[in-house]
Amino acid sequence: MFEFISKLFGGSEGSKNKAKERLRLVLVHDRASLSPGLVEALEAELIQVISKYLEIDEEGLEVTFDEGDDSVALIANIPVKNVKRNI
Amino acid sequence: MGKVLVITSGKGGVGKTTTTANLGTGLAAAGKKVCLVDTDIGLRNLDVVLGLENRIVYDLLDVVEGNCRLRQALIKDKNFGESLVLLPAAQTREKDAVTPQQMVDLMAQLREDYDFIILDSPAGIEHGFKNAIAGADAAIVVTTPEISAVRDADRIIGLLEAAELYDPQLIINRVRPDMVRKGDMMDINDIDDILAISILGVIPDDQDIIVSTNRGETVVTDKKSRPGQAYRNVVRRILGEDVPFMDLQERKVMHWFKKILSGEAQ
Repeated sequence: MFEFISKLFGGSEGSKNKAKERLRLVLVHDRASLSPGLVEALEAELIQVISKYLEIDEEGLEVTFDEGDDSVALIANIPVKNVKRNI
Repeated sequence: MGKVLVITSGKGGVGKTTTTANLGTGLAAAGKKVCLVDTDIGLRNLDVVLGLENRIVYDLLDVVEGNCRLRQALIKDKNFGESLVLLPAAQTREKDAVTPQQMVDLMAQLREDYDFIILDSPAGIEHGFKNAIAGADAAIVVTTPEISAVRDADRIIGLLEAAELYDPQLIINRVRPDMVRKGDMMDINDIDDILAISILGVIPDDQDIIVSTNRGETVVTDKKSRPGQAYRNVVRRILGEDVPFMDLQERKVMHWFKKILSGEAQ
């Protein structure tokens, strides 16, 4: 019923909602794309912090961004060699 | 000390140059001393929009390279004389002929003599854009209500903040009230929802702009023009006044009535 009324008044049937929806999605992706330099700096600092607690395989470290439909996740794959027990 | 505003957009063809010309003329009409600078080296256009293309002798590069004194390169406007001057871009050189530091130094000079210095930035995010924002105190981003333009505006907002030009303001240009009414064009609220930026003005799409540009004039001083009114409102907001946004829908109807009454609509 509500849909019928909004249709009658030409409320949400225009193409602008499609535009908004597409724009939102494309901006989520645009805003998440980081420059290679930034990703490198992030990796280096991650290694620093994690190395305080764990012995890690620095060569095997991988940082990626997983882009879902409306969200982005930071995924860090960090192989652990050993746990530092003296802390 | 004058304030340096940069007009930028990311996407080309959204009305940066028209906006620069109208805001500059509007500020001069409000009694301010204004210098407009075209930073689009190789693709200058602010001169033709202002109708000053036949008066160019020296340009921005001549000033930067010391071929002339700054005063010699400034072109006085037809209506406002000393209160509104243009520093044109060089037409036959590359964008990287000027460095950001040279722009910072030039702005320091212009600040001494003018209340407002408005820089018309080139499209894109490369060298010319970096030059244009180098000496600026604040940025105005121009967009149209289309996906491509709004997307590029978002990118520019990010780059401006990375360059420490915080709190840019947005002008939404070429809004068509008839399409907004049908739900076929994003309006001020839609764009406000999507972009994290405060809105400085909304300019209706109108043939007045094309007609005045053909003549080398600006609409901001035309009391009857709707986009002229919208630009005047933006000027008042820049000067610190709190002016409500124009009701584009109502104006459209009024405009239509006026047309009928004057017999134009036959």
